Amino acid sequence: MLNIILIILSGVVVGYFVRKIPQVKYVGTIISLIIILLLFFLGVSVGANEQVVNNFSSIGLDALIITLGGTVGTILCAWWVYVRFFNRKGKNR
Amino acid sequence: MKQSLIYLLLFALGVILALFGWIPEALLRDDISKWILYGLLFFVGIQIGSSKNMFTAVKRFGFKIALVPIATTVGTFAGVALVSVLLPERSLSDCLSVGAGFAYYSLSSILISEFRGVELGTVALLANIMREFIVLVFTPWMVKYFGRLSPICAGGATTMDTTLPIITKYSGPDYVVVALFHGMIIDFSVPLWVSFFLAL
Repeated sequence: MLNIILIILSGVVVGYFVRKIPQVKYVGTIISLIIILLLFFLGVSVGANEQVVNNFSSIGLDALIITLGGTVGTILCAWWVYVRFFNRKGKNR
Repeated sequence: MKQSLIYLLLFALGVILALFGWIPEALLRDDISKWILYGLLFFVGIQIGSSKNMFTAVKRFGFKIALVPIATTVGTFAGVALVSVLLPERSLSDCLSVGAGFAYYSLSSILISEFRGVELGTVALLANIMREFIVLVFTPWMVKYFGRLSPICAGGATTMDTTLPIITKYSGPDYVVVALFHGMIIDFSVPLWVSFFLAL
């Protein structure tokens, strides 16, 4: 797992030094293309995996439960921070 | 939105091709995708390192802007930890690694599939797509009842791209810098948190 952190950090360092080069704007496109490629491969592994295909609905339900938990928790936390720190004296109105 | 559709189409295409057995065996080896994944992470790093919005946002809102990604992270992990009780067959760390996708479904599902298997990777893909979808659909309602920060925190890593337009519309242009700053920090934290929870 340390590899992952080191790879991203080296990217950040390189990115900082090349930030004034105009071609940097293509990085977003490169990322999208790689993601498309990898998601296609992920689709292939999902389709080739009988365990996943046969349990797709229970996998979907687990995903929904995790997402609802995380999203509701986050909204409540955001609400508290907003009321406590951001919306004082109505200055953001 | 268009980009998300393309991602989903390609994923679905992969599923369908594999279901019908139209994929040559050579493509099913996963050592290639690991190297592509490392390349992806490197480019994600470059994107973060070369972006300029970070500093202007901090100047404008001061220290309290840092509270926004903290609220996102704490709220998500607390909520996921609570509902993980409902999923006895999944470990807490697996649930948290899915939650740590913060709606960045492409990167999180790819990472999780690589290191924990396709089954949990699919959970991550669906869970994080749903999170983005919830924000795209419910932002007006969230802002009305839970304040302008709520769609930003709920949007997770997507607040610098796919959900930025709707957040701008309902939270107001004042919050665009907050959304950008927040998206960048969360974006960067996704691979770190996901690999952290997978390593537990």
